[in-house]
Formats: sequence, C-alpha cells, structure tokens
Amino acid sequence: MNMPDAEKLIFGRLTLEAIPYHEPILLATFAGVAIIGAVLLGLITKYKLWGYLWREWFTSIDHKKIGIMYMVFGVVMLLRGFADALMMRAQQAMAFNGNPGFLPPHHYDQIFTAHGVIMIFFVAMPLVTGLMNFIMPLQIGARDVAFPFLNNFSFWMTVAGGVLVMASLFVGEFARTGWLAYPPLAGLEASPDVGVDYYIWSLQVAGVGTTLSGINLIATIVKMRAPGMTMMKMPIFTWTSLCTNVLIVAAFPVLTAVLVLLSLDRYVGTNFFTNGMGGNPMMYVNLIWIWGHPEVYILVLPVFGVFSEVVSTFSRKRLFGYASMVYATVVITVLSYLVWLHHFFTMGSGASVNSFFGITTMIISIPTGAKMFNWLFTMYRGRIQFEVPMLWTMGFMFTFVIGGMTGVMLAIPPADFLLHNSLFLVAHFHNVIIGGVIFGLFAGINYWFPKAFGYKLDPFWGKCSFWFWLVGFWFAFMPLYILGFMGVTRRMNHFEDPSLQIWFQIAAFGAVLIALGIGSFLVQLWVSYKRREELRDVTGDPWHGRTLEWSTSSPPPAYNFAFTPIIHEADAWWDMKERNQRRRTEGYLPIHMPKNTSAGIYLAAFAFVVGFAMIWHMFLIAGLAFLGLLVTAIGHTFNYKRDFHIPADEVARTETARTEALAAHV
Amino acid sequence: MRMFMKTLRGLPVLALALLLSGCDAVLFSPAGDVARQQRDLIIISVVLMLIIIIPVIVMTFVFAWKYRESNKAAHHEYDPEWNHSTVLELLIWAAPLLIIIALGAVTWTSTHKLDPYRPLERVDNVRSVAPNTKPLVVEVVALDWKWLFFYPEQGIATVNEMAAPVDRPIEFHITASTVMNAFFVPSMAGMIYAMPGMETKLHGVMNKTGNFEGISANYSGAGFSDMRFTLHSVSDADFDAWVAKAKADGGHLARADYIKLEKPSEKEPVHYYGTVDPGLYNAILNQCVAAGQMCMSDMVKHEQHDDHGMAGMAPAGHPHE
Repeated sequence: MNMPDAEKLIFGRLTLEAIPYHEPILLATFAGVAIIGAVLLGLITKYKLWGYLWREWFTSIDHKKIGIMYMVFGVVMLLRGFADALMMRAQQAMAFNGNPGFLPPHHYDQIFTAHGVIMIFFVAMPLVTGLMNFIMPLQIGARDVAFPFLNNFSFWMTVAGGVLVMASLFVGEFARTGWLAYPPLAGLEASPDVGVDYYIWSLQVAGVGTTLSGINLIATIVKMRAPGMTMMKMPIFTWTSLCTNVLIVAAFPVLTAVLVLLSLDRYVGTNFFTNGMGGNPMMYVNLIWIWGHPEVYILVLPVFGVFSEVVSTFSRKRLFGYASMVYATVVITVLSYLVWLHHFFTMGSGASVNSFFGITTMIISIPTGAKMFNWLFTMYRGRIQFEVPMLWTMGFMFTFVIGGMTGVMLAIPPADFLLHNSLFLVAHFHNVIIGGVIFGLFAGINYWFPKAFGYKLDPFWGKCSFWFWLVGFWFAFMPLYILGFMGVTRRMNHFEDPSLQIWFQIAAFGAVLIALGIGSFLVQLWVSYKRREELRDVTGDPWHGRTLEWSTSSPPPAYNFAFTPIIHEADAWWDMKERNQRRRTEGYLPIHMPKNTSAGIYLAAFAFVVGFAMIWHMFLIAGLAFLGLLVTAIGHTFNYKRDFHIPADEVARTETARTEALAAHV
Repeated sequence: MRMFMKTLRGLPVLALALLLSGCDAVLFSPAGDVARQQRDLIIISVVLMLIIIIPVIVMTFVFAWKYRESNKAAHHEYDPEWNHSTVLELLIWAAPLLIIIALGAVTWTSTHKLDPYRPLERVDNVRSVAPNTKPLVVEVVALDWKWLFFYPEQGIATVNEMAAPVDRPIEFHITASTVMNAFFVPSMAGMIYAMPGMETKLHGVMNKTGNFEGISANYSGAGFSDMRFTLHSVSDADFDAWVAKAKADGGHLARADYIKLEKPSEKEPVHYYGTVDPGLYNAILNQCVAAGQMCMSDMVKHEQHDDHGMAGMAPAGHPHE
C-alpha cells in the first residue's frame, strides 16, 4: 500500500486544507475559544477539580446533577448561537448600497444555518430537557428517573452532537442550506462538501440522546409517582413534561429516519430526495416537518408548565382551571401532528389540502387561548408578587399573544403566500420562541435556582436581564415584521433598496440590547454566587411554593425524599402546609440508589468519533469506533455493581442537619 | 442635556414617520388584484383576532396592577382557593372558538378562491375577466441564480426581466433547474415554489403600470440574494414594443445555449432571446435538455409498457394532483 492510499484509508477526505486558517473571523474565534478553554482547563487543574468533576458530575446518574449539566450546556451553546445572531444582524445592517458587508455568502450562509440548528437543538432542547430532568422527579416525589444510567448517556450524546457542530467551525465547514437542509440543496450535487454531513451526524448523535431521554422521562412519570398522585393530581409542569416527552418519542424517530434517507442519498447513491431517478424532494419537506412541527410544541409545552407554576405561586393562589389546563395541553399534543403542512402552503398543494391544514393550525390557538385565560384568572383575586420569575411571565403573556396572532395570520394560506419565507415569518417564530420558550426558561431558571443551589438569584441583575431581553426583543423583531410587509425575504446576504436599511439598524440595536440581557444574566449568576450567604434559602421553600419539590431542602439531598410522600391534593406541598403536616424526623431506613458510571461518557465519545469519521469518510475509523461503541455497550450490561444503599444513619445525619437548620431559621 | 431632551422628543416623530413608511410597504399597496385580496385577508384576520387579543393584553395589565401585593385595597378580594368557574371556563373556550370558526370560514373560502392554480375570474374588484380572454402564458425557470422566462405565444425568452400588459391575466408555469426557489412578485400575487422536475402554477394580474420587483423567496445557495428581476407592467402597445425589441435584440436560445446559461452565475445582466428551440421548456421541466437524457415523462410511458419498471417513479409532476 502506498502512502496516499494509506492516508486516504485513515483520514478519508480530511486534509490540512480543512482548517480554515485563511478566514480571520474563524481564526479569531478559534483563538478565543482556545484561550478560554486553556484558562478553564488550567483553573480546573490548579484547583485539582478533575477528580471532583469526574466523580460528582460527569459520571453522575443523579437526575438533579444531569439536569444542571444540561442547563450549563444549553447556556454555553446559547453564547455560540447568539454570536451567530449578532453577526447576522450586523451583516444585514451594513450590507447596503453595494457594500457587501463583512460576511461573504459562503460564510454567512453557514452562520444562519448554524444559528437555527444550535438554537433549537443545542440551546432550547437541552435547557428544556434540563429543566424537566431536574424538576419533574422532585415534583412527583421520586428519588430519580426510571433509568438513571440512560439519563447520563442521553446527556452525553446531546453534548457529543453539540461538540460536532462546534468542530465544524474549525475543521471543515457547516451546512449552507438553512436549518432544515432541504434537498436538492442539501443533496450531493448542490452540497458536495462536509457541511451537510456535519448537520446530519450532529443531529443523529444528539437525536439518540433526545429520544432516549424522552422514553426515560415518560417511564418516570407513568411509573414513579408518589402514592396518591393520580394523573389529575400531577403538577401542571409534570403534565406538560409528559406531553412533551410523548411528542419527543413520537416525533424524533421521524427525524432520524428522514436523516438516514438523506445520508443514504449522500453516501451510497440512493435517490430518495434527488431530482431524477424517481427521487422526490417534496417527500423530505413533508417528513422533516412531520417532526418539525411537533418540535415547536416539544419546546413550548414545558414552559407553559413553568408559567403555570410561577403564576399560581406568585399570585398565592391555586391555578385557575386545572382540568381545562390539562385538556388544553393534551389537545395541543394531538393537534401538533395535524398541522405540519402549514410550513409549505406554497409548495402547490390543492386548495382543500391547504385549507385543512390552515384550519387545524388555527384550532390550536383555541386551547392556547384557554391557557392564556387560565393564567389571567389565576392572577385575578390573587396577591401578586412581582419577583423576577413573575416578571418573565408577564413579559411572556404580553409578547406571546402577539406571536400567536401573527401565527394565525400565517395559517391562512392566501395570506401565507405573501408572508411565507419573509422576515415576517422570521419575526413570528422568534416572537413565539423568544417570547415563549426563552422567557419561560428564564422564569424557570430564576424560580428553581434556589432549589438547585441553595440560594436565590440576585433580583437586581435578574430585572436588568429581563428588561434588556424584553425591550431588546421588541426592538429586534418589530422591524422584521415591518420588513416582511415590505416583501423582504429571509436569508438575504445584501440588499439593494436603501430605504430598508434603517429597519435593519433598529433590529441590530435590539440585538445589542438582547446581548446586554444575556450579559446581565451571566453577571446575575456571578453576583448571586458572591452574595450567596445573603441570598441563602434555608427553608427549602423560598417562594412559598405549592408543589412537592419545595418540601425538600435546597439543594435536595441525593435521595430527594427520606420518606416517600403521600399525596392528597393537586398542590401537594401547599396542602401539607395547610394541614400542618409535621416533617417526619425518625425511623429512617437505608435508601436504595443507583451508582455512578462512566459508561455514558465513553459511549458518547465513541459516537462522536463515529460521527466525525463518517463526515470525513474515514470509514475504517468509523467502523472501529462503532465496534468500540458496541463492545462498551455490551460490556456495560455485564456491570452488575449498579446500585448501593445509603445507610440509614447517613440519611439520619442529613435529615437531622436539616431539622437543626430549620429550627435555627425560625 | 438639552440636546439629549431634544433628540428624545424627536423620537416619537421619527417612530411615526417610520411606521407611516411601513404602511406603504409593498404588501399594503399592491399593484395586482390577487395580492390586494391577499392583503385584505391579512387585515381581516388581524381585526378578528384583535377582538380577543386586546382584551387579553388589557386584562393582563389590569389584573397585574390591581392584584399586586402592595395594593392593600384589593386584599379583601384575595381568595387563595378560588380556582374554578364553569361559566368562565366555558367562556374562555368558547370565545376563541367563535373567532376561529369565523376565521376558518374565511380561510376555506379564500383559499379556494385564491388558489394559485385557479384561472382568474376577475381583473380587479369591479371588472371580471371577459369570456374568451386568453391569459398571457409565461413559463418560468429558476436557474442558479437567475430567472429565465419563456413567452410561448410570442416565441421569445428573457433573462431576469419580464413584461406583461396591464389588466391581462397571466398564467405562470414554473419550474427550476437544480434546487428549490420561490417565484415571488410581491406587488402582483403571493409566491409559489419553483422545483426541479416539477411544474407549479400561478395566476396573477397587474392593475397598474410601472416597474415592479420580483425575487426568489426561497434560499437557494450562494447567489440567492441577487436572484431578482424586474416586471414591467405596461400598456398593450408598450408590451408589443417590448416583444419586438426582444425579437430584434436577442439571438437564438438553442439547447446548447441553455446548458451554458444553466451553469451557476450571479448578477446575470438582463438579456433577450428572439427565438427559442421548440420544446425547450418541456425539456427543462422533464430534465432532458442534454443529448441522450431520457425525459421524465417518457420514463413514465416506458414504465407503463415494462413490467419490470420501477414502480413509483415520479413523472415530471404536478404537486397539485
């Protein structure tokens, strides 16, 4: 075997030219990431944290720690996704009058693709999953999720997918197709390079994690609720988590399948979505949206749950219309599968098909509207405290209804013919995703942070963050609505009509405000950490909460509940407080818990190598890594040391410490 | 400081001016009857929805203000257990339902009336299309990254420019060479996708003369941003003159020329072809312009005679069917 052959066998199509050292923006980014990374690694080494991180976090199967890791990952990826957003806003604000801007199409087109992919798959998804992971088992009185190891594995698969996307910055390039990679543009003829392959493999690897986590959380909710907690006594956040995970389990396999078909087209020359040979790209568009529309509800349902918890807690009142809230959630879950075609009314379906999907789409606004009224009437006759989570909720209620309205406008096919693919559309979905999902996540983070870390977040910086985000959102996206009315389409690299420029400049200003909002959030985390003794929550129930998670200490012990609680009412903890139920302080038993394992990290690392090697056609390495993955997975099934007992006296020690802390506090 | 206050006072004026300029946005001042009806739908739907949205926003602020904790006056109303009211719950489901029933009816009728495949019945809100009117047929091909227009009736073809007589219905047949685009003249009618190997249709009409912008409204790769053309909406006489100019200025568009034209290029200047190889548009649609390629339409015929043919091969399709 001569040298080039050996090189090809090992490195596939990866050569040194794949490193974009001639692109100054990427080089600077790389330098930045490298420096920050080196500092971080240096600090971890200096403070000898490696062992701690490995033992207590990376290999942890504690749902609370995994939940927190999901959140950290989501926030880190938010910074990347938002950097993309700032670059796009800057490019569009300057690229007028023959000025090409600073991003040529080759680079710009990757940025808008990466922005969409990262924000949905690696920001919103991990943040939502993290929240469900952390909160839901506490809300149902469980000690962990149904499959703790699977939970750890799911998390690391999500990270592996995210790392693949990040790798595309520095080795090769990302897709230039838009975030859903429609063929024929994503096919081999129009996109022969590695960009689309990065897209495919990062989503496939992360998708495994998402699907498994969905199964895991459904099993947890169905099987592990505390005695007495019937379905109609579950907290609303748990209900919305259940519906979201049902959606995940039913929708993500469709994404997996459609990406497999696209990979077959690209790797082995099949013709599912090609122009000739009987291929049909319209099939891809249908399939990807059969996943894509439920995905929207996967993101938004859990935050509807967050808002429900926050509104009733801070109005000091039971949630209005619990039953209709549950039915509304279930109706949305079902209907979300019947609307996918509204993403492409313009593909030439007949009028009856288009009207059907337009009307089903509008019908979704009925349960959503009912939810909105339920929140309103929860506030009615309440005693509302405007703590930071409640501010986010108010911002949401005001912003989201506008997004809902523009969504229904887009659901009318003939109106959509004018507005489709325009900046109006871009404004609409940012209106619901920022105004809904992101606001909800910040409400949730501010609400449950004390539960996770034992101290509240600093309210001043929380308010700064909120107001910058809210005002920034309106500045950034109202101009886009107007530009949509001016017939401006999305994904444009530069413009001819100079009268549009002012709008893009206003939008760019809005993006800067949002950047300040993100900055304030980071400052909030830092300041709160510094002031943690002042902000300390000793009671475990800093907001006078209503659901079970507030009955535990902050942060909760590894086993969550020393005694499995018995549930009588929907707002279980509120009910216990009303009945003056005493906390049981004796008779502790050993607690059976799952044991940490590093198998998840190894499996995900192998999956990363498989993905990376497939992208670069290093088939030998891909095969070996896949073999490694299989062997590790099978090997792990022979690991019989998966559980241990927390001794009764250790439980007693922990609980007595809490008893003393509570007594000292009062 | 005074300067600052002055600028601050100027802000509402600036905002108003900007909003007004937003109002003569192209979607709100269309030049064609179809786009005008589509705009009316946008307005009707907003008005219908505001019936719910405005009360919700008002209630949000009123409730938030009135029931704030510091408002001692409202404390006597505080009722921590109040969580159900059958009347209210019926109302909160019924109110959006009624609006959606109204909107749904509007949607059903307008979607059928404004189906892009349906030949026009009216020229504008007062004139209907005279019987026996033949629409102007334009065959559109989205190329990487320019637009090619065939005028079968006139026998010409143009790149990145089209013209149409005012008030004459236009029937577009639309396809693409390699990737998806969307054919969109915002002032005339809504967009429809242009897809390779498939034909979509669009009916439109211009009611005003002038030069209007056409774009691709579906991202299609590196040269997408410059994939624009001008639609000249002109009088009958001017249209004839435009056709004559195309005939006089333009050369012949043979299959070989098309294969060259089809290659990716950006910012392609406007040019005309006085004559066109017969059947070229159909060959493009069926992806058999180059010598030796089998047309997709023939492939289907071929299969129908061949028991071993691959079932399910898509013909040059009409997504509509």
